[in-house]
Amino acid sequence: MRAVLEVLSPGAMASIQDRGRFGWRRIGVPLSGALEPGWLRLANALLGNPEDAPAIEFLAGGLAVRAPQRPLQLALAGHFTAELRYAGGRRRIASWRSVCLAPGDTLHCGSIAAGRVGYLALVGLAVRRHFGSASTYARAGLGGVDGRLLAPGVRLSVAAGCSAGRMLWRPPAVDDAAIRVVAGPQDDYFDALAMPTLVGGAYRISPAADRMGIRLDGPLLGHRPDKGAEIVSDATVPGSIQVPGNGQPIVLLADGQTAGGYPKIATVISADLPRLAVMAPGRTVRFAVVSVAAAEQAARARQAELQALLAGIGPLFEPGEHDPQAVYTANLISGVVDATAADGSPTSADRSPGGP
Amino acid sequence: MSPAAAREAGQRPARRARDGLSYRFLSLGDAALTIEFGDAIDRRLLAEVAAADQALLQALVDGQLPGVVETVPTFRSLTVIYDPLRSTRTRVEAAIDAALRQASPVVVAQQRRVWQLPVCYGDQLAECGPDLDGLAAACGLSAAEVVRLHAGGCYEVYMLGFLPGFAFMGDLPPALACARRSEPRTLVPAGSVATAGRLTAIYPWESPGGWQLIGACPLPLFSPSWTQPALLQAGDRVQLRAIDAGEFATLQAAAPALRRATEPPLAFLAAAAE
Repeated sequence: MRAVLEVLSPGAMASIQDRGRFGWRRIGVPLSGALEPGWLRLANALLGNPEDAPAIEFLAGGLAVRAPQRPLQLALAGHFTAELRYAGGRRRIASWRSVCLAPGDTLHCGSIAAGRVGYLALVGLAVRRHFGSASTYARAGLGGVDGRLLAPGVRLSVAAGCSAGRMLWRPPAVDDAAIRVVAGPQDDYFDALAMPTLVGGAYRISPAADRMGIRLDGPLLGHRPDKGAEIVSDATVPGSIQVPGNGQPIVLLADGQTAGGYPKIATVISADLPRLAVMAPGRTVRFAVVSVAAAEQAARARQAELQALLAGIGPLFEPGEHDPQAVYTANLISGVVDATAADGSPTSADRSPGGP
Repeated sequence: MSPAAAREAGQRPARRARDGLSYRFLSLGDAALTIEFGDAIDRRLLAEVAAADQALLQALVDGQLPGVVETVPTFRSLTVIYDPLRSTRTRVEAAIDAALRQASPVVVAQQRRVWQLPVCYGDQLAECGPDLDGLAAACGLSAAEVVRLHAGGCYEVYMLGFLPGFAFMGDLPPALACARRSEPRTLVPAGSVATAGRLTAIYPWESPGGWQLIGACPLPLFSPSWTQPALLQAGDRVQLRAIDAGEFATLQAAAPALRRATEPPLAFLAAAAE
């Protein structure tokens, strides 16, 4: 059976994202996909979804959703808290757990306490795929709902029903370590001071940060006068740090262009790019140069950390009142009880773990 | 010193010559590397990149490039994207060297399509080409002369990239060569016909961009509904036809239907093959 999740407000910006589209960069189609693929994976794991299932990615907070007709299960990942509003009350819900929405319930995601990205995963979310991915790339109308960012009133088709709740017992820590980069491919286009400046300086994430890239405010990087500030365009990747003529570095992210004509002084390593991509505007960041071998080691270490986090997913412990989880879980099993009262919300009797 | 050791020491790796293909590896983080054949726009480099791309795509099909996800050809380099959890730089480099050992820059005779695309220049509708007058002044020409020269060319599509369906085309006549804008625009309208140096392109989508905008093309250039999603392919030739504001408006109104079709607008094909 299908249920509907209605978007009441997308907040600052919300879109459907999965792991991205592979194999089409040769015709200019960017990777897209989750800015923090690890958190997408955690959110999906909280629901027992395939790890690359599409979910809602939102920036800055303010996403509000509602289950108008049937109960449904969702999961939250990111450093924020949400408020569950139901007939007769409201309560705060921490992130990094699954949530069962009863008919009529709304969930309001608060502003993100650390960083700028949060995920809301759903079971059986059905959206259009383009080039093998459901990721929204709004610029070219690919993926998501009609190729667009989520807007108020959008209704998503998901699987109905709730299953046993799960939570992440120990959420990922907020890590302030330097963002590691590998020098190149065009580090030879920069003057002798540029690389020491990049790794020695403090850069602020400018407000001009979206899914395409992050502009860094800080010490300017100089090009070698004999080389100049333009190259014959070559390929860029998420993590490329390109430096236009004004000397202000830009880090490309998931929706970044596939080729560019500005010299790229360095590339953020794959292990640290998600950490940079989720940083809030205004945050200060430092960089450190590492070798490719060290970057590969960091990629494996990040993978091991993610596995440890996934292993730390356990049953949800939910205290007290309004626990639609229990009743709809029971319904799924017994299949005999209509827990939806006439007013569209569960009755108080429905909230006892065994159902009415 | 091995290439890896040279990298650790901060030196540029030496170029390797392999039976006609001469290249060096550049770092693009730990999930990609760039095989650089040169740093110019020239026919020999284009042929080398195409040969290397074909060789790597074949190696990929043959299972000789474990961990490699995709390749991205440009004017003068081929970027190889791989999964650092499934391979390492050292292994990917060795597999590429092996695959390219046989490759040589043979220019494959391919079917060349010739497109004739309508363009409304800034002298017809100012908002179509806000940089037309500036470019004309920088080149010491009149706006009408710029339009005549630009619309008079037959351009080759060198590569796709930047945005879905964005085709880098050249070469403009030397008289029209003008650098990118020093301050890129935060918003270039979709359809903008633009120049940078001796290259020209049509922005398929609204995006930021630093090229000089001299006109606008009302046709869609990319659609996931088309059997071939990018209208222009590397190797295609493109002729331009200057149109007035009225024809621009008519064609623009027809664009959504063209985008929804299952085939690209083949009516704008001037000739099927050379």
